[in-house]
Amino acid sequence: MDMNQYLSMFIDESNDHLQSLNENMMGLEANPDDLSIVQVIFRSAHTLKGMAATMGFEDLASLTHQMENVLDLVRNGKLVMQDFIFDTLFKSLDALEAMVQDITAGGEGKADVSAIVSSLQAIVRGEVPSAQGEGAAPAAAAPKETEAPALLDEFQLSVLEQSIQEGLQVLFIQVSLRKDCQLRAVRAYMVFELLERFGEVVKSFPSVQDIEQEKFDYSFSLYYISQKTAEEMQTLIMGVSEIDNVTSVALDVETLSQLGKAEVAAAVEEAPPVPARENIPPANETPAAAPKREEAKKAPAKSAGAPSRTIRVDIDRLDVLMNLLSELLIDRVRLEQHASDIQSGELTETVEHMSRVSADLQNIVMKLRMVPVDTVFNRFPRMVRDLAKSLDKKVDLIITGAETELDRTVVDEIGDPLVHLLRNALDHGVESVSDRIAAGKPETGSIHLRAFHSGNHVFIEIQDDGAGISREKVLKSAINKGIVTAEQAAAMSDNEAHQLLFAAGFSTAEVISDISGRGVGLDVVKAKISSLGGNVTIYSTPGKGTTFSVQLPLTLSIIAAMLVRLGSEKYAIPLSSIVETGIVKRSQIRSVHGAKMLEFRGSHIPIVSLSTIFNVPDYDDSDEEETEIVVIRKGDKLVALTVQDFIGQNEIVIKNLGKYLPSIQGISGGTILGDGQVALIIDANAFIK
Amino acid sequence: MAEDIKVIVFKLATEEYGIEVDKVQTIERLMPITRVPKTYNFIKGVINLRGVVIPVIDLRGRFGLEEAEHTDQTRIIIVVVNEMEVGFIVDSANDVIDLNRESIDTPPEVVGGIKAKYLDGVAKIGEDRLLIMLNLSEVLNKNEIVQLESFEG
Repeated sequence: MDMNQYLSMFIDESNDHLQSLNENMMGLEANPDDLSIVQVIFRSAHTLKGMAATMGFEDLASLTHQMENVLDLVRNGKLVMQDFIFDTLFKSLDALEAMVQDITAGGEGKADVSAIVSSLQAIVRGEVPSAQGEGAAPAAAAPKETEAPALLDEFQLSVLEQSIQEGLQVLFIQVSLRKDCQLRAVRAYMVFELLERFGEVVKSFPSVQDIEQEKFDYSFSLYYISQKTAEEMQTLIMGVSEIDNVTSVALDVETLSQLGKAEVAAAVEEAPPVPARENIPPANETPAAAPKREEAKKAPAKSAGAPSRTIRVDIDRLDVLMNLLSELLIDRVRLEQHASDIQSGELTETVEHMSRVSADLQNIVMKLRMVPVDTVFNRFPRMVRDLAKSLDKKVDLIITGAETELDRTVVDEIGDPLVHLLRNALDHGVESVSDRIAAGKPETGSIHLRAFHSGNHVFIEIQDDGAGISREKVLKSAINKGIVTAEQAAAMSDNEAHQLLFAAGFSTAEVISDISGRGVGLDVVKAKISSLGGNVTIYSTPGKGTTFSVQLPLTLSIIAAMLVRLGSEKYAIPLSSIVETGIVKRSQIRSVHGAKMLEFRGSHIPIVSLSTIFNVPDYDDSDEEETEIVVIRKGDKLVALTVQDFIGQNEIVIKNLGKYLPSIQGISGGTILGDGQVALIIDANAFIK
Repeated sequence: MAEDIKVIVFKLATEEYGIEVDKVQTIERLMPITRVPKTYNFIKGVINLRGVVIPVIDLRGRFGLEEAEHTDQTRIIIVVVNEMEVGFIVDSANDVIDLNRESIDTPPEVVGGIKAKYLDGVAKIGEDRLLIMLNLSEVLNKNEIVQLESFEG
């Protein structure tokens, strides 16, 4: 089977499972006694294992399997969670994540995880380092208690059930070899060969590999599907020499569902106990756990809230949809024209209806690109946990507004800057426990991560309740690094001083830790956010904490713009750079040192003729008595542009002008208007030096 | 063994030119072009080709030929070279022919006043038909345009 077509689905789903594992693990860390969370984790791990095995990623599957073994003990109350176990499980998750990433990058998802695997196995054996006391005892006892060979996972169970329904015999067979048997593996092989001639071995215990390597004592048991009856099989197997005893029990659906209650348990009693050995994987599921399965099935839905009803769509396809839509809009305009030429009432009505529908369609398509910031935020709790641990600080991360939606392109880009700001808040913001107690604060610091809409923007704020930014420290450091002079520093407002944090090469950390010393400064964060059309501001109160506020445009590709006309040409001016529009008389325009200036709110700002700058062929405003102006700004500088007419405000889709065109001064891109024509988007920044 | 290539044939003034068919995306009739200010004269502007904004070049202008009025025959040939999508305005385009690579000669120094470096070669088809094969990467070479610009001032 060609797995490639499922690969992207596998990757997506694996990432989802890893994410949910991470989240739930954190939840469990906060509530170690909540076994329902363990059920959810177990389910996720189990599904992940199944998917990985199906796709042939053996390392991934086997590591998940080891995790499952640990989790299984936990959910059956045989192992108490403790820090060491959490750390190992988190390490396993990281390893899994790395593997999935490798697969994403086209690799085979192989990794050397033997260290983690042996830690996990040690945990299963009860060799928890710190746990000489209560945690270890039940854990150590676990493997012995699980000697009952009821080790079917759900998949195998359903195979067996189905076989019974199809009228086949499902047998539980236990074979013991004679104690004087010389070549146990060979004997076992003969038994297996015999079995495989008449049916199928679903699961054996110990595993086939272990048996082949003679990693068993004198007995093994297995689940078997065949057309032969239990008695027939028993006789057949007894026919192999050096067999001491064979028990063969036919199972029915009921027995299977209760697994191991009556007959199987009885069969086990008769048979010599299967010794628990280190290299034998412990039972996946003890008989007592079977009813819990049911709970496990329901648990995720309950604890994870209503699952979001979504499908994944390739963003390229959305772009295609968008383009098709704009074609449709062009045709619509043509139809409208024809309809008005033909003057047919019915046609006009139909076209009008179509216009409305296509406008709605356009809206929807635009919205399709919006995703909740949740997809970025959800990796932060884990990161903050790890960081806090390594910094030996106590921190609560409080996330609000994760459902706030942003354009996919922005969401993809915003992750790294946020990671950096969070690191910054943890490393520089929140104080150590002792400092916090000394300052009379609760020993656990808090970092608020919130997202919300405001106007045409989305704000993401990272607020800590740490020590705040020390103006003196910042200025001292800036002077030392030659970023500002002492005189400049003295004259700076607090706000200006805070902005210095964004200067290139600036870092207040006295000791470079592995958190802040990654060679990325806040200047990079600022640059990234600016490139997204956003902005960062810092608010800080000494002793109370610091807030980084990131302002982002809702989307990169759709903006609100004012359409203006110059002769037969239309241009779009982004609303975000427009301060005001208005009309001025010729008499209001003054010449200052040869440059045209306009008095605007008490100061003089330059006034520029757009038609002159762009050499518009069929419009010239030089002899207009009154002229429309658009006042645009860059930072706090203003310029008035003269235009012929305002067409109106519109949401436009930004398109680039193609690779061939050199960057054109004053033009930042193009957009396709409702009539199918391209209008150029004016880059306000270019008009202000 | 030289293989056959398929070539789109178009006309510019009195000459016939060829572009390999795999470089050509589509051939469109003339459509509204939005002028782009502050750029070279031969860049006529941008068009909306099914939702994608594509710059169009008047190939006459690019080659320094006198620009002509657009007619019914005028076509925009959309080519893709080095991931750049560009439209060429040509006088007409109405032929696709098979050409044996062997029949393409290296270009003479000067052909019809157009710089030889824009040309890949000249192919003789039939008795008296000459086809000028374009070197698209050179035609779209921006470095050379920058020089052009600094020449003009």
